Amino acid sequence: MQITLNEKTIDIETGATLHALRERYKPEADVVIHNGHPVKEDVPVAAGDRVVLIRRGEKPSAEEMEALLVSRHTPGVHEKLKEGTVGIAGVGGLGSAIAIALARSGVGRLILADFDIVEPSNLNRQQYFVDQLGLPKVDALKENLKRINPYVKAATFYGRLDRQNIPQVFAGVDVMVEAFDAADQKALLVETFRKHSPGIPLVAASGLAGHETANSVETRRAGNNFYLVGDGETGAEPGRGLMAPRVGVAAHHQANAVLRLLLNEEP
Amino acid sequence: MNITVNGKVQQVDDETSIGRLLEKLNLDPARVAVEHNLAVVALDDFEETTIAEGDTLEIVQFVGGG
Repeated sequence: MQITLNEKTIDIETGATLHALRERYKPEADVVIHNGHPVKEDVPVAAGDRVVLIRRGEKPSAEEMEALLVSRHTPGVHEKLKEGTVGIAGVGGLGSAIAIALARSGVGRLILADFDIVEPSNLNRQQYFVDQLGLPKVDALKENLKRINPYVKAATFYGRLDRQNIPQVFAGVDVMVEAFDAADQKALLVETFRKHSPGIPLVAASGLAGHETANSVETRRAGNNFYLVGDGETGAEPGRGLMAPRVGVAAHHQANAVLRLLLNEEP
Repeated sequence: MNITVNGKVQQVDDETSIGRLLEKLNLDPARVAVEHNLAVVALDDFEETTIAEGDTLEIVQFVGGG
């Protein structure tokens, strides 16, 4: 029967167990992942199963690396995500966290757009580091993504998005993400993208400021191919700032909606 | 006449434009996304788009933060 071992298809005898596989292919492995789940017990392997053997702390070969990166994924998900292209407009508190979640998930290609540079007031919620102050955010983020998952392709656009360039910058995306800070920029991106690409799903965010309960942040369908994350009303304003936890909750709602859309599931 | 805004029936004057409706709802036209009978309406077309009896509108208001 055929199974997948460390992302390679192999033929094994019927009735083989996890420990027998480990003994034969990688006796030094101390982590055994069976269909996305780490297991200690020795159980029989079935045809079509996915087994990953890892030795903790070992730096894997380039060809093994990608398989190990996604070994805790739900089986079957990575093949689809790898084919996906996602556009992210704005890589601040929302966009930087969304990009990292999508890169960790193994989404194949990201298009990152932002006009800004990393500055100290960003570090309270955005996924950048002190030594990146002054860098264009898109460049800093591309560098961070590469350190997490070198197999994700990231294209960058360093500049302001407007009605003219939005369709070109994000040509070919499978799912689009609105992750701007300013309300009028959010409206402009949403209007322009939906007018130009009505068949492509768009995930936007509104209402994620402050430290109100995280449970009021939700994902909902707000129109044809249009999904909205947030509580819909809590904006950043004098007296109410933007905090890492609630911005992060919204960002991950958006990232999860993107995964579901790439997997043809309703967010 | 009756129209449906975000799933709720509302009464507006005949010949009301989307721009006028937003004003009535106290919404900033530069911070909303409007879907009129399932079609996206651009900010530049708010004033000249007239709503008819029975029309359906989905209006999303954006607040700042990201």
